[in-house]
Amino acid sequence: MSLELAANMGAAPKAEIPADSPLAIRGMTVSYGQKPVVFSVDMTVTEGSMTAIIGPNGAGKSTLLKAALGIVQPLAGQALVYGKPLKASRHRIAYVPQRASVDWDFPTRVIDVVLMGLYRELGLLRRIHPHHIEKARACLERVGMTDFADRQIGQLSGGQQQRVFLARALAQEADLYLLDEPFAGVDAATEKAIIDVLKSLRSEGKTVVAVHHDLTTVRSYFDRVFLINTRKMAEGTVDEAFTPEHLNQTYGGRLATGQIDQLELAG
Amino acid sequence: MFWNALTLQLGYNATLVTIGATLLGIAAGVTGTFLYLRKRALVSDAISHATLPGVGIAFMLMVLLGGDGRALPGLLLGAAVSSWIGLLCVSWLTRFTRLSEDAAIGAVLSVFFGFGIVLLTVIQTMGAGRAAGLEGFLLGSTAGMLFNDALVIAGGGALTLLAVVILRRPMTLLAFDPEYAASRGVNVGRMDLAIMALALAVTVIGLKVVGLILIVAMLIIPPVTARFWTERTDHMILISGLCGGLAAWIGAAMSAVAPAMPTGPIIVLSSFALFVLSLLLAPNRGVLAVYLRHVRFQRRVHMRQGLLALAQGQPIYEGFTLRLLQRAGLAQADGVATDAGRARAAKALRDEKRWELVRADQAFESAAALYDGLRDIETVLTGDQISEIDQRIGGPQGVTS
Repeated sequence: MSLELAANMGAAPKAEIPADSPLAIRGMTVSYGQKPVVFSVDMTVTEGSMTAIIGPNGAGKSTLLKAALGIVQPLAGQALVYGKPLKASRHRIAYVPQRASVDWDFPTRVIDVVLMGLYRELGLLRRIHPHHIEKARACLERVGMTDFADRQIGQLSGGQQQRVFLARALAQEADLYLLDEPFAGVDAATEKAIIDVLKSLRSEGKTVVAVHHDLTTVRSYFDRVFLINTRKMAEGTVDEAFTPEHLNQTYGGRLATGQIDQLELAG
Repeated sequence: MFWNALTLQLGYNATLVTIGATLLGIAAGVTGTFLYLRKRALVSDAISHATLPGVGIAFMLMVLLGGDGRALPGLLLGAAVSSWIGLLCVSWLTRFTRLSEDAAIGAVLSVFFGFGIVLLTVIQTMGAGRAAGLEGFLLGSTAGMLFNDALVIAGGGALTLLAVVILRRPMTLLAFDPEYAASRGVNVGRMDLAIMALALAVTVIGLKVVGLILIVAMLIIPPVTARFWTERTDHMILISGLCGGLAAWIGAAMSAVAPAMPTGPIIVLSSFALFVLSLLLAPNRGVLAVYLRHVRFQRRVHMRQGLLALAQGQPIYEGFTLRLLQRAGLAQADGVATDAGRARAAKALRDEKRWELVRADQAFESAAALYDGLRDIETVLTGDQISEIDQRIGGPQGVTS
């Protein structure tokens, strides 16, 4: 990364990587074709925090998560999970993809999807025992979906599908939860159920990172923000980084001043 | 005679061929399930047609080396190599050019098949008579199959089946949610290749029995048949394997009785018969079940609309509605409500009012989500809740049925 660029980003990135950080990304660049979607991004997630990744459409929010997880191949850069390369600590991450990434007519029931969360535990050949089912049911309980365990997933509403995805992640018993737009297109009851679960995860000392769209709820849901528009625009606690100035930079004037004033009031 | 074939009482060779074909059918149904779930069913068509040049080249090589050109293991090896090349061509074309996968499949399939036919023709002019039997790879033939051939097929089918059992979890994960699978450390590219390799194995093993033109049917028809019967992946794999095995068994038995009949088409037709039965008769997803469900729903709608019209003293214009009410003894031919009709109508109107309140009240959110304009409110709320709502509505109490 060039010095000018680093200077432009406000705080200069630290060379050493804090070993206890659940997720530390350094110099990450991802490109589809010739156009970088994420360019030389550094990110350091604080343990036990809830971080919102914020930015306009096409700013590389989801791509950054996918690159950190090795789902897309970055052109440059690396991600360390709890100070180790991804391969060594993959079992400590649970990922919740976007709901739209899946064919919901797939022949599978709600409980089967949650059991997929036990993939590592079950391995290739182990049989599914009653205690595995118990565990999956407990995860469904946490998101308020126990009654739907035997339904085919296509019969669920969008919000219910999202909750099933969250239950699958819970079954992994991970330490770091990465969620891609968990609140997109869900009903109010689901939004509340999901945020309650995420907050309870934080109180257990787990770390949550979510791509988030709704600027009005940032203050009440999250304690840290990461602003991105291809490049990193700001990173820090909500008070430090979620400022009108940074938002203006990130969204490039796409937010009206009135909107930003309202956000200030909301805080 | 046919019964004897089905029950494996037609001699040692025929029995072995039937068992081999059945194992192959099971392996094809099970493997095909993953092709279907990954939405890559058509790739198997490219794989199968791309086997032909390999068969031709292997034959020529074996003759040149002074061996018997018809040795099955050699021919199958050739088939595997050339269809692997075909598969690589499809994935290369899709990845590095702007061709979509279906176009790439079409191109590879026809070019490889054309080349294969040319090779077969050359072989025929080369050493007349000795090539006899290679055409059997087009449509399949179990007649005159050697003991060793049957052994190769049975063993190959069993091995493929074993591989599918071992890889079923990562393959299911990949088919349902590739991104999540990648986040769990499944190598998506390699696992996709594994699915293709299994399909290729089934194709190559099945060449002699079903032939390359129809092997696709063994990979595709059983899973779509199974899909009608279940909403679970594990059950679908089992049912699909069962359908594939059953069809292959019937086909092999039939051609043991009538050696002139091509085995492949018979297997495909048996498979198709199972498909048609499922399409029509399967509960939930079958055509008949869907139709009946629609008719029942339509009746409920008409009944409800009719009752509400009666309650509000509106005329009923639709003949179907009136006939339904009449048949239930709720209205007379002229559209005037009977006593029973009046009671039911009053109840329907009252339910409407109750629903109105339920839907407006945040406290009943989960109940309100079930509102469809048809349901009796007792099926959603408890008696206590209903009387609480009735208190709020006011008016005469205790109208529950």
